Amino acid sequence: MIEIEGITKRYDATTVVDDVSMVIEPRTIAVIVGTSGSGKTTLLRMINRLVEPTAGVIKLDGADNRSLPGYELRRSIGYAIQGHGLFPHRTVAQNIATVPVLLGWDKARIKARVDELMTLYQLDPQAFGPRYPHELSGGQQQRVGVARALAAEPNVLLMDEPFGALDPIIRNKAQEDLLAIQKRFGTTIILVTHDMEEAVHMGDKIAVMDAGKLVQYAKPAEILARPASAFVESLVGASEKPFRLLSLGRVRDAVEKGGAEGEAIPGDASQRDALAELLWSGRPALPVKGADGKPLGRVTVDGLVKRAARPA
Amino acid sequence: MTIRFDKLGVVIAVIVAYAAFAAPFATFRANRIVPGEARSILDALPAVTGPLLLAIVLIAALIALLKTPLILRLAASVAALAALALLIGVAGSFLTPEGNTFARISPASGFWLLIFAFTLLLADVLTRLNLSPGARIGVLVVATAAIGLLLVSGSWNSLSILKEYANRADSFWAEGSKHVTLALGSLAAAVIAGLPLGILCHRVEKLRAGVLNVLNIIQTIPSIALFGLLIAPLGWVATHVPGAASLGIRGIGTAPAFVALFLYSLLPVVANTVVGLAGVPRAANDAARGMGMTERQRLFGVEFPLAFPVILTGIRIVLVQNIGLATIAALIGGGGFGVFVFQGVGQTAMDLVLLGAIPTVALAFAAAIILDAVIEMTSTKRREAQPA
Ligand SMILES: Nc1ncnc2c1ncn2[C@@H]1O[C@H](COP(=O)(O)OP(=O)(O)O)[C@@H](O)[C@H]1O
Ligand SMILES: [Mg+2]
Repeated sequence: MIEIEGITKRYDATTVVDDVSMVIEPRTIAVIVGTSGSGKTTLLRMINRLVEPTAGVIKLDGADNRSLPGYELRRSIGYAIQGHGLFPHRTVAQNIATVPVLLGWDKARIKARVDELMTLYQLDPQAFGPRYPHELSGGQQQRVGVARALAAEPNVLLMDEPFGALDPIIRNKAQEDLLAIQKRFGTTIILVTHDMEEAVHMGDKIAVMDAGKLVQYAKPAEILARPASAFVESLVGASEKPFRLLSLGRVRDAVEKGGAEGEAIPGDASQRDALAELLWSGRPALPVKGADGKPLGRVTVDGLVKRAARPA
Repeated sequence: MTIRFDKLGVVIAVIVAYAAFAAPFATFRANRIVPGEARSILDALPAVTGPLLLAIVLIAALIALLKTPLILRLAASVAALAALALLIGVAGSFLTPEGNTFARISPASGFWLLIFAFTLLLADVLTRLNLSPGARIGVLVVATAAIGLLLVSGSWNSLSILKEYANRADSFWAEGSKHVTLALGSLAAAVIAGLPLGILCHRVEKLRAGVLNVLNIIQTIPSIALFGLLIAPLGWVATHVPGAASLGIRGIGTAPAFVALFLYSLLPVVANTVVGLAGVPRAANDAARGMGMTERQRLFGVEFPLAFPVILTGIRIVLVQNIGLATIAALIGGGGFGVFVFQGVGQTAMDLVLLGAIPTVALAFAAAIILDAVIEMTSTKRREAQPA
């Protein structure tokens, strides 16, 4: 659990983060969204004390984050910096091993962990371990950056626009990978982005920042249904709202009784994808199948349209 | 078929044609200070060897002139240089009258131009071959060994420079080692003092401009003036600080030369350290702190290795500069190869000047090649990561 209490950061006269309070539950993903310059990075960097707050307290599992020296605190918190920030003079394997080496793990344990993470991220340890960062594609560099942040098995992972520089297809893949890893290790993640789509997709809760202030902190559905201000509303994008709302739900939860013609859609797919498929193929209904391939029922245009309406 | 010319080859061919036919190959002097008489290639070499050398340099020049394969150009330049190196020795013995120990034979402008032309060709070939740093050092070692072999074999002993050497063999090596000690010692001192100073300037912005300006001003003081400025303070130290005099600290001699070279060396070391550290990608520094490195770990684990090639470039500048500048030390009794240069100038004995100048140039050249290779080796792996 991360408790941020009345955190403020001022540089001379300008207040960059203004009295922000929020609680991030363990094993959840909190996404901080906001326009560029709204103070997202600064807020994130106050959690691992790369930036010292002017006022306020941040507690990690109940303990003030100032109870340890900064460098020790930072070794216990994963940090994926904006634009990956890999060390150009170190190989991929050495980059990933950074924090375990600082923590003094023994060689065998470090090697096992590096190999495990590289395999997890579909980078062959033999082929990619000895390479230098400049020899990798952008997507690979980004994965190495996240693998490095995860190396010492931190409970908390801070990520600053980790997918910002990726093209859409690789970005989707990276998002899915991160969700899978978060489920598997139960890491608490705070992710900064300026992309509302990403926020709705990834976040258990979304924190919207504007000019240093936290203007709304709520579940994605709540943000979509009841934006706290005109600013949040504009960030959500009025014309996108129904589709973003649908993207939060799984087809499985919108199943109706009965059957339909054509190829079945998996129950795990998002309701938004199902609606898109229905509209595109011009059909009124689609069959739905479970993970085991058994038919679950059908989704209909009418049913999905009702779900896309503003919640009561 | 159209004949295609190599651009550099045209220059080389012109130089070779002039040097082979219009310029003297060797100079004959009755003793070491009278003006010399010029000898052409055909006059300076016995029977067959003269035309042979002419044929070799002309064929090599033709190979340089036309667009030919690199390997052929390499062979041509090496063959021409080897022939010149061997035959100048032959010319020496051939031109020296039997039993005459006063006569002096020295290479003349034609010889030096030919050496220059084919070194140019060789350098061009080596550049185009794009040799790895290790291979470049290998070439240097082979060239040094070949020259060493010629020297030891005695085939150049009839040349005037080596006659000057023979008269001063002991002092040559003593001054040589003084020269190297002076150049390397002041470099080491400059690195020991300059690196921390550079780090300090990088971290403390307020210091930076001030320190660099002072070092810049020192660089602009002419060396003679700097020696002069140092005489008084060092003399004072020698008389007032106990033990200083016994360490060899005096107003003239090695101490002021050492201090002057040290002061000249500081700017390149400090400036390159500052530039190198400033060039470390922000993201790498940020990541280092974010991963939990201490300031020390970040300095030695990230900043230093990334700035290293730039710092090494500064060290290269200093080393080459110091090897050259150490010559001046002789002016205030600091020793070094400069001793021969200034003696030679005083006696108008050009060969003696060359005895000091040639080893100095060779040392500087070798230092440049070695350090360039080291810089390349350290920087290839450290190329900056492309942004994602
Ligand atoms: N070290 C600093 N000194 C002065 N101003 C800063 C510093 N760091 C950030 N800022 C300012 O704080 C504001 C918020 O920055 P940041 O937290 O990076 O925003 P975001 O990540 O949301 O784009 C910006 O206007 C930025 O210029
Ligand atoms: Mg930012």
